[in-house]
Amino acid sequence: MKLKKLVSLFLTFAKIGAFTFGGGYAMIPLIQREAVTKNGWVSDDDIMDIIAIAESTPGPVAINSATFVGYKTAGVLGSAAATLGVVMPSFIVIYLISGVLREFQEIKVIKYAFAGIRAGVIALICKALMNMYKKAPKGLVGYILMGAAFILAAFVKINAVYIIIAAAVVGIVSAIIAERRKNDLS
Amino acid sequence: MIYLKLFLTFLKIGAFTFGGGYAMLPLMQNEVAANNWMTPEELVNFIAVSESTPGVLAINAATYIGAEVGGFWGSVCATLGVVVPSFVIILIVARFLMMFSSNKYVLSVMKHLKPAVVGLIGSAVITLGQPVFLPNGFKDINIFALCFSIAVFALMLFLAIKKKHPILLIGLSAALGIAVGFIGEWTNIGTLV
Repeated sequence: MKLKKLVSLFLTFAKIGAFTFGGGYAMIPLIQREAVTKNGWVSDDDIMDIIAIAESTPGPVAINSATFVGYKTAGVLGSAAATLGVVMPSFIVIYLISGVLREFQEIKVIKYAFAGIRAGVIALICKALMNMYKKAPKGLVGYILMGAAFILAAFVKINAVYIIIAAAVVGIVSAIIAERRKNDLS
Repeated sequence: MIYLKLFLTFLKIGAFTFGGGYAMLPLMQNEVAANNWMTPEELVNFIAVSESTPGVLAINAATYIGAEVGGFWGSVCATLGVVVPSFVIILIVARFLMMFSSNKYVLSVMKHLKPAVVGLIGSAVITLGQPVFLPNGFKDINIFALCFSIAVFALMLFLAIKKKHPILLIGLSAALGIAVGFIGEWTNIGTLV
């Protein structure tokens, strides 16, 4: 029974991994459909919590959600089965093309194609930037963090890891200050 | 020890990416540049490959760079590295902290991380865009290639805002590149590459 559930988790997440093109966010509706509607592994409320947690913990959203749904369904082995499933299709496809990709890019017609594609990819990144800007909290501190992160990464060439750590520290400190203020008032 | 290096580098990328997709780009770009694993141009090419193949950028990039640098076991180590932080952290949260996403410290950290990630992706646009639009900096500007890149960029941004699928955009950009590349070559107007 348990084994059947593990196999089913693995196959379902392998299917999700195989049919998602683009980013992890494209995967969320698929995970919702498979895990809630089709298999009933988690409830509708659970999946909302799971996605919220997947977005606020480190790591790609797709891996986070797969691990979480797997755990809820069949414990630690379940999360291993689901994560392995979601990773497997990418791994196989990319591993198979990795050997030829570099030579492939040396062909003239491909070079021309990539000259167009590179400009298109920068547009895709700009679109992702616009989406994330819309979703980001605004306000003075927000704009300062945004500007500081941009300048430090683009021009001062500070490693992104340090900028993430610094922003997280600002978050913790401001939560502590908010807490203190609340205690002072009461 | 290349396997350990790949594992630890992708572990770092996995551990410091918040949000999906392009949020990991600034980190990945730092690491591939520091280790000389890929030029910015190759990274942009790979993003296109990743968008047109199944799966998420994080896994695709780990698998590809791992394979390029260390063969089969290299790609296993890199992929494992990018997955392990998620896996461990989610198991801990799922087991002990179901209230995680409503904790006030977590909320405050996320509230401050999001704008910083926006700034970081903005910086990735600059550092990845420069080799695309101005591969030789401000000297030796190839006007033909620059005008072409700006036109494709503008058209694709418009289509992306219209919510057209990324694969369609990549296909169209490729077709334009091939068409304009050969027209430029045959008519001697200019070269794209």
